[in-house]
Amino acid sequence: MLTKRIIPCLDVKDNRVVKGVQFVNLRDAGDPVELGARYSDEGADELVFLDITATIRFRKTLVELVERVAENVFIPFTVGGGIQTVEQMDEILRSGADKVSINTAAVENPDILTEAAQRFGSQCVVLAIDARRSKAKAGHWQVCVKAGTEPTDIDVVEWAVKAEKSGAGEILLTSMDADGTKAGYDNELNKAVSDAVNIPVIASGGAGKLEHLYDAIAEGGTDAVLMASITHFGNYTINQMKEYLRDRGIPVNL
Amino acid sequence: MIVVIDYNVGNVKSVCNAFRHIGCDVTLSRESRVIDVADGLVLPGVAAFGYAISALGALAESIKEVALAGKPLLGICVGYQMLFDRSSEYGQHKGLGLVAGNVVPIPAGRVIPHMGWNMVDLPEDMDLFAGLGEEKHFYFAHSFYADVTDGQAKIAYTDYGFDMPAAAQKGNIYGVQFHPEKSCKSGLQVLRNFSEICEKKGLATEDTERN
Repeated sequence: MLTKRIIPCLDVKDNRVVKGVQFVNLRDAGDPVELGARYSDEGADELVFLDITATIRFRKTLVELVERVAENVFIPFTVGGGIQTVEQMDEILRSGADKVSINTAAVENPDILTEAAQRFGSQCVVLAIDARRSKAKAGHWQVCVKAGTEPTDIDVVEWAVKAEKSGAGEILLTSMDADGTKAGYDNELNKAVSDAVNIPVIASGGAGKLEHLYDAIAEGGTDAVLMASITHFGNYTINQMKEYLRDRGIPVNL
Repeated sequence: MIVVIDYNVGNVKSVCNAFRHIGCDVTLSRESRVIDVADGLVLPGVAAFGYAISALGALAESIKEVALAGKPLLGICVGYQMLFDRSSEYGQHKGLGLVAGNVVPIPAGRVIPHMGWNMVDLPEDMDLFAGLGEEKHFYFAHSFYADVTDGQAKIAYTDYGFDMPAAAQKGNIYGVQFHPEKSCKSGLQVLRNFSEICEKKGLATEDTERN
């Protein structure tokens, strides 16, 4: 049986791992190469690296960082942040990443998902969605782009469905409202998206306690849970998370 | 020396990193003179099948030739899928035809891609899995799988709502649908086993040549 995945996320700014609350008030959390190797050794199922320095421009330094991380990480890792073209995706994959996550570029040009899927296979193409609860329409979320700085009129669930058809192989779904709050994932959002698509959905934003991980899987219907604050700052080890989920009947790779 | 075939698709570097991490002599190359002297070949691949097979181009024939001559070959993910006769991923494509079978979509009714860690039942008689016990988790990321029809192939299965082949072996030709280079300790053990298979085979060939 396929297990549910525990995925630490490393937000990288100026070659350091940082973590904020609702995308601001960033706090230093360590060296990405060291942290990546540590999580790989500790039994994390995957890693996600998001370059939050400048989503506007693709940065050469990201490629170098990916190369250094890849030398010591023997679990899959996804890299995202400012990737705009299929050529850049190729460069990231050739540097050692296993999947590439795209956000703003896909909103601006959904064809990039198709182009990428046909070249790399859809399993390499992760669509990242930064979702914010709509104030105008209850039970709806709007897609935000450019590292969450620009809200759009696009409905999150509709976008997820469209992206799956276009070639996305996975959705990394971040609730901007819950991000960094440690108050739990937005499982209403998780459920709405995972019910609407047939590709894996990664819950992101809000993990603070072990039961939050369980809830994102059991209530939110997600295939994986992503976390940052609660692992980087030493609240829980990967093993503690997995043992907790296993004891509550969730299949994990232990 | 193990040669990882460099054919302009993603993931080749990760495979080299993993071999280096376990202390293997590994080279990334697409030169036939390097391929010829290798103890074993690894055909990696993160790509759609059609893209991968066309990127392989003329290399396909050299790989087939040395594999049929007995050199150990390990296909990984799409590199594994290319060992078979054909694939229907984004059109119809011919594979290397080294192992009989077709690459077909994972049947609907479950989450696709099959993405993450799944348990693989490890048959005792597959030397690629030596020392790993009866079952282990490995990392998968794929939407198509090889329906292996080759009577001479040994097969390891994983459960994804049906028994899905996860690895196959036919003589010196090995293939894994999962990513050993990304499957942490168990995956590194698979690569170590392959490197030992290559070493043994290399020594055996030297002996024959000497005699």
